[in-house]
Amino acid sequence: MIKGWLSIREKVNASIDDAFARVGHFVANFFVEAGRVVLFFLDAGKLIFARPYRIEEILKHIEFIGNGSILIIMLTGAFTGMALSYQIYLGFHLVNATNLVGPTVALGISRELGPVLTGLIVSARAGGAMAARLGTMRVSEQIDALDVMGIDPIQYLVSPRLVGALVSMPLLCGVFDFTAMTGAYILCVKLLGLDEAIFWDKIQGWLHPRDIYEGLIKSGIFGLIFGSVCTHRGFNTTGGAKGVGEATNSGVVNSMVLIIVVNFFATNVIRFYYHMIGIR
Amino acid sequence: MSESAVSIRNITKTFDGKDFVLNGLSLEIPRGEITVIIGFSGTGKSVLLKHILGLEHPTSGDVVVLGKDLKTMNYQEIIDFRCRLGVLFQNAALFDDITVLENVCFPIIEHRRNIWKADKIQEVATRKLNESGMENRHFHKLPGELSGGQRKRVGLARALALDPEIILYDEPTTGLDPILTEMVDELIVATHAKNKGSTSIVVTHDLHAAFRIGQFIVMLDKGRVLLQGNRETFFKSDIPLVQRFLEKGFKKE
Repeated sequence: MIKGWLSIREKVNASIDDAFARVGHFVANFFVEAGRVVLFFLDAGKLIFARPYRIEEILKHIEFIGNGSILIIMLTGAFTGMALSYQIYLGFHLVNATNLVGPTVALGISRELGPVLTGLIVSARAGGAMAARLGTMRVSEQIDALDVMGIDPIQYLVSPRLVGALVSMPLLCGVFDFTAMTGAYILCVKLLGLDEAIFWDKIQGWLHPRDIYEGLIKSGIFGLIFGSVCTHRGFNTTGGAKGVGEATNSGVVNSMVLIIVVNFFATNVIRFYYHMIGIR
Repeated sequence: MSESAVSIRNITKTFDGKDFVLNGLSLEIPRGEITVIIGFSGTGKSVLLKHILGLEHPTSGDVVVLGKDLKTMNYQEIIDFRCRLGVLFQNAALFDDITVLENVCFPIIEHRRNIWKADKIQEVATRKLNESGMENRHFHKLPGELSGGQRKRVGLARALALDPEIILYDEPTTGLDPILTEMVDELIVATHAKNKGSTSIVVTHDLHAAFRIGQFIVMLDKGRVLLQGNRETFFKSDIPLVQRFLEKGFKKE
């Protein structure tokens, strides 16, 4: 009886140890991997300013990430704006405050939803493509080929993608903000019959350019996040087609989670900064 | 100038601190000859190739290529050094989003754009492709539209684009049919004859190719040189592993 009890206790202890070990392992792995991505990012960032300058490559990636994502960003922006404003309208209608729908939507979109949704959509579209492309180049030895030709593969492949993401994201976020507000306007004013003058006037009164800048700055940060995570994953792919699939998958998933987590902290840092310089 | 194109002195390589992929390997690869490195799979052939290219660094020992110790080179020196080497990868490793001609122009544009005009670059690339047996009508195709043999030819033209002093071939005939294998072997010999003074290093496990084209043959085993010399050295050898390798290699025929 006692023997049996002891063996159960041992098993429980072992499984608790195991759980702690797993958590420890996960945390350690997370920091090791994060450190690798940061070093990779710094390496690629430094090489943006090294000769030969890759202007043509940078423009190519701005075109791919930015221009290639405009339609999907407009589409999602318009529908997000409509859905959000409808929900806010329904809520505010109960307390007879529908005149505040416009500015609430405007603040929510410009500060939070614009940059976050743009980040998520573009990291799925362009980030996934980056990881898959670099992964394929790695497994088909094209990256080694660059190396032995005396061309730095990070400078040629990664740095221009980072610049492309950094430049494109705020532009796309602006497009998202604009179409989302257009969607909200169409729904609230044209379909739900809110007063047009009040809708715009309140927005003008409440929404400050710094609210839009806040979103644009965050979207630039998200561009750097998915750019570094996805290129890092793709660049270090191992093991054939399966490896490319895994790199793409983990690149996109990690970017998305990181964007949502970093968004919270970035919001707080920016709010803290405004607080310090004495703005609301 | 030293006699050897590549001088490897007692190098070891371990990736995990325990198993040694290269284990005290010393080798002198002569200038101006076709050297073939053979061995069973997993004997360290590809790792050795990466050491010669400077893509990997030995855990201990020295690798001196064209008189330069790779360990002591800075970034710019490594770039300049790599322009003196050309590599034909196993699957040619062509950039699949640009055309055949652009693939060959690519290294020339990267390293000669300040001294050569666009016309000259295109002219050199065209010549290299023609010399490798590619016809002009294929120049504007993407690598995906080419056959295996054509891809090898383009890969070779790209490897030769900067007139390298050492040309390395990584398993050039693996996965090819016998006719194509012979074609690639002939291409290696013809290229070597055309590029006078150049050194060719072929890494393969194809014994026929080794004896057909190799002027100097090196057999690796367990990260070391088991035997080196010409064909006769191998046929006369009484090392059991060499005999087994020869037996197995020629039995296929």
